[in-house]
Amino acid sequence: MTETLLRIRNLECFYGPVMAIRGVSLDVPEGRIVTVLGANGAGKTTLLKTVSGVMDPAKGDILLAGDSIASRDPDRIVRKGVVHVPEGREIFPLLTVDENLAMGAYTRKDRDVAADREMVFGYFPILKQRRRQTAGTLSGGQQQMLAIARGLMAGPRVMLLDEPSLGLSPLLVGDIFAILRRLNAERGVTMLLVEQNARVALDIADDGYVMELGRIVMEGSAERLRQSADIQEFYLGAERQGLRGERRWKRRKTWG
Amino acid sequence: MEILQLIVSGLANGCIYGLIALGFALIYKAAEQVNFAQGDLMMFGAFVALGLTNDSHLGLPFWVACIGAVTAMAVLGWLLERSVLRRVFGQSQIAVVILTIAFGFLLRIAAGLIWGHDPLTLESPIAGVNQHFGGLVLGLDELTVIAVTLVLTAILFGFFSRTKLGIAMQASSQNQLAAYYMGIPVKRIHGLTWALAGAIAAVAGILFASKGSIDPNTGLLGIKAFAAAVIGGFGSLPGALAGGLIVGLIEPFAARYVASGYSQIAPYAMLILVLLIRPHGLFAQIHAKKV
Repeated sequence: MTETLLRIRNLECFYGPVMAIRGVSLDVPEGRIVTVLGANGAGKTTLLKTVSGVMDPAKGDILLAGDSIASRDPDRIVRKGVVHVPEGREIFPLLTVDENLAMGAYTRKDRDVAADREMVFGYFPILKQRRRQTAGTLSGGQQQMLAIARGLMAGPRVMLLDEPSLGLSPLLVGDIFAILRRLNAERGVTMLLVEQNARVALDIADDGYVMELGRIVMEGSAERLRQSADIQEFYLGAERQGLRGERRWKRRKTWG
Repeated sequence: MEILQLIVSGLANGCIYGLIALGFALIYKAAEQVNFAQGDLMMFGAFVALGLTNDSHLGLPFWVACIGAVTAMAVLGWLLERSVLRRVFGQSQIAVVILTIAFGFLLRIAAGLIWGHDPLTLESPIAGVNQHFGGLVLGLDELTVIAVTLVLTAILFGFFSRTKLGIAMQASSQNQLAAYYMGIPVKRIHGLTWALAGAIAAVAGILFASKGSIDPNTGLLGIKAFAAAVIGGFGSLPGALAGGLIVGLIEPFAARYVASGYSQIAPYAMLILVLLIRPHGLFAQIHAKKV
């Protein structure tokens, strides 16, 4: 059993007056990819924002390799090795690709930044071709690659990935997830991946959690989640042939 | 020859408007705040320099006074952000507008209490020295204003495009949330931006005071500089400078060729014209907000 790198315990978080996270606990073991599945409004993004320090939790704790990082300033959390690749890319549109990558390495003082940039270009050769172009003129897929590459430049121990498949063609999603899998296998980057696209997420993940309305309703290995009837029906789109042709919305989810 | 003369004095005035407008644009770009005290910061910076160097006051050497005034105004800008503006961060723009207008009043009152309300002249080595080029008479003060503005612009350009801190300032203005995600200390950067705006205001103030007398109401010049910043496209640094030059150049020509009163109206007429034709200003970067 590998060591748990990121440990979330009984986290509660408010989004304005709304309680967005209602007591979530999860573990991300070192070197693994853990995915959190869930529909819109399940609280997935809030969970990641709380881990990266952009939002403060009301209760609960977040531990990185045993040290609490809950409610710290985002820059201190990045320095500790947690980097957030946000939903919807959020690149710096008027900076060049190179400058965006330099901002990813903002918290670093060491001299390996240049070497890391070459490493990143190795994974994303298209970015090397476009390195002097302003990021706002890149295509959606390239912007997503830039967002991941920028996150890598921070030299993270854990990457928080928020819907990297959002708004991309299936082909591009395949490309990007293949690169994520390589990053995990070759460089040992631990990942906490939040996705609505359960099929691709369960494909690369080791373990998974399912979140609904701020709670974890199911957890297990990716394999086990793939086999679950509820996941197959509600996230993977399989047709269930009921004996009496019962309606989909009438059926109770049991998460078994 | 006469046109050349008008151009030089217009450019020199325009550089000062441009420097104040640069302060507006800088803060708007970095923190999305409009600082209506920028003109008063300039006035106060000029008075600090005057208080340090004039014989009737402390009588320090001119260069020491310049460095002192720039440092003092940078600290003042930083303190203002740190103590007041950070508390209203995230609230409506109006809160910042009212606060900075009030702060401008305070600066005017403070300057009046310390240095009096009568016009004073800065004892500057560049004041009142004329250079003759053929039939052209150029004031050393005007030439210095233009030269200093050029050098300062070059330094700022280098700072924003080459240094990590400068690029981080750009980054946090383009996408504040992403800047947080990358571990850029956004609040500290806002403080530094205000410090930079204060320092630029002090430079503008010293240059302005070298060209003529100052009194506590000199800061109202900031309104003209505000027009310049809007003409250039609020939030664009080269635009602010260009807007300042445009306003500076219009004034002497309107005074010479139309009627003297019109020189006061001309900048605002230009402002209305620009707003009608290009509502986002001449050098707008407004598309940045849409991406």
